[in-house]
Amino acid sequence: MLNYAVKRLGLAVAIVSVAMFLLFCMIYLVPGDPASVALGPRATDAMKEALRVKMGLDQPIWVQFWNFFSGAWTGDLGQEVLSGRPVLDVVLEQLPFTLALIAGGITWSVAIGIPLGCWAAINRGSFADRLVGILSVAVIAVPSFVIAIYALLIFSVSLRWLPAIGAGEPGHLGDQIVHLILPSLAVGLGWVGYIARMVRASMLEVLEASHIRTARAFGLPENMITYRYALTIAILPTITLLGVGIGQMLSSAVFAEIVFARPGVGKLVYDAILTRNFPVVTGAVLVTTVIFVLLNLVADLIVGALDPRVRSSF
Amino acid sequence: MTTLSVSGLNVWFSTEDGPLHALKDVTFDIPERRIVGIVGESGCGKSTLINAILGLLADNGEIRNGEILFEGQSDLTKLTRREMQDLRGPRISTVFQDPMGALNPVLSVGEQMINIQYRSGQSKAEKAARAIEMLKLVRIPDADSALNRYPHQFSGGMKQRIAIAMSLMMEPALLIADEPTTALDATLEVATIELLQDLQEQIGCSVMFISHHLGVIAELCQDVVVMYAGEVVERGTVRDVFHDPRHPYTRRLLECDPARQTERTRVLPTIPGEIPDLRHRPEGCVFAPRCLERHPGCDMAQSERMVAPGHAARCNLVDQSAAEGESA
Repeated sequence: MLNYAVKRLGLAVAIVSVAMFLLFCMIYLVPGDPASVALGPRATDAMKEALRVKMGLDQPIWVQFWNFFSGAWTGDLGQEVLSGRPVLDVVLEQLPFTLALIAGGITWSVAIGIPLGCWAAINRGSFADRLVGILSVAVIAVPSFVIAIYALLIFSVSLRWLPAIGAGEPGHLGDQIVHLILPSLAVGLGWVGYIARMVRASMLEVLEASHIRTARAFGLPENMITYRYALTIAILPTITLLGVGIGQMLSSAVFAEIVFARPGVGKLVYDAILTRNFPVVTGAVLVTTVIFVLLNLVADLIVGALDPRVRSSF
Repeated sequence: MTTLSVSGLNVWFSTEDGPLHALKDVTFDIPERRIVGIVGESGCGKSTLINAILGLLADNGEIRNGEILFEGQSDLTKLTRREMQDLRGPRISTVFQDPMGALNPVLSVGEQMINIQYRSGQSKAEKAARAIEMLKLVRIPDADSALNRYPHQFSGGMKQRIAIAMSLMMEPALLIADEPTTALDATLEVATIELLQDLQEQIGCSVMFISHHLGVIAELCQDVVVMYAGEVVERGTVRDVFHDPRHPYTRRLLECDPARQTERTRVLPTIPGEIPDLRHRPEGCVFAPRCLERHPGCDMAQSERMVAPGHAARCNLVDQSAAEGESA
């Protein structure tokens, strides 16, 4: 298992490096001079030149790349244009809010999606199964910002059950969780559908397998067969799917954070784009990439922990 | 005492194209401590028979009439799901054909062997000890550490031996072996058969051994049941049936056995034709369309005729061929 984890970690480092390279190329290829964009139209040439030197833009491209690359690996993502604060600090300040949002979204999707998919598979062909199928497609099809707006209108504006904006009082966990309910639902509801469908399909496949017939031939209780013998296998593709899905949840987080006026990396990037604060944009994107790769790594490690065949293939 | 007595068993499946009569009037006995071979080509109803005995017929399958008497007392066709589940494992256990797929890939061998003892009421350590004891009996090297390993870490032959260990761990009265050696290569096949034979003697169970390998049946079994298109066409002791086959199908089957070829041939003999569509069973003998000895009497429904005590065939030629058999 340790061997597997180390190899997977090495792969993760390689993926982040490639992502950094692509990110650097993108920044380099974006038209316009970052210094003039940052300083605005009324800046003098001397001011622009000074900022360019400060940002290292006068250096040859490979030096710039090396500075960016080595800086990024040591945690130096540059400074915010206006306040001069380190970008990493700015991003890390917002990160917990987004991570909480993603965690909430995953909780919704797993807590509802897995039992729903399982239940549909066991009652295959029943009315309940068909209803689950239709509802899954429906929630997958509705974009997260639409869910966010409707959730806001129904539960906050009309029913007044849940708060509409913000992330809750700092240091007050209960209040923060209450504030998390609707935004995380907006992020995770589509995934309830994906996961229910995925679990249903793989459960049906696993229940047909000959080892399930063996388990039945030994008279094992149906509950043990469903949850210990079948679901343990059926869940594996779902975990991998969820690892990839975190990328999509990160992008729905942007909408959820804007609609619910929550702090977070999505809101940060949105504001930074509006104010042309490019170091923050790149820094936030890089941090998000790392988070995505790490969570994917976690998903793969969970699959490795659950499936001995994966473990020994590394 | 008879361990399993199947009589007049009829199984129907409802399909999109109408009802399918999968097993028709199946009758045979598995006496105590005997190994009974069930032989027949693919599609003859062997799997349906196993599932009917185990109470694991698919949802569209139904036992219309007949009984399956287990240990002379309980009719398996009348038991509740719960009662049937309690018999599966401790009293009637099964070894399946495919050793690669028969074990759960994500659970350790130990967990699977411990789980199937869930009714024993023993402690986990006692169950593990029992599992190790069985693994040693089937000659799995390093049995103690084998418990912590997973199925993919064993070879096909070892997996099949583990499956055999699992099925005999609870000392069942009846072991159903569904082509347990078909997926193995020839040397492993012999070793596995010898192992089964040893364990059967030790435990003293009866075995229903399904195979299409006539040599294996002749080697291992005392009795044989020949099935064709969901019917028992001939049954008796291996000696009677193999040396004096009375049903034309049995004779053709024996002629087709590659091991019986005395001359070198380019083309092995086969039985021309196919198993009839079981949605439209012929009125008369089910084998008649492929039979070389067909005559007008075959268009009538056939009943089982006794050739000798314990030897029966479902063919209307039986009486006259018995007479001819003596003179030939």
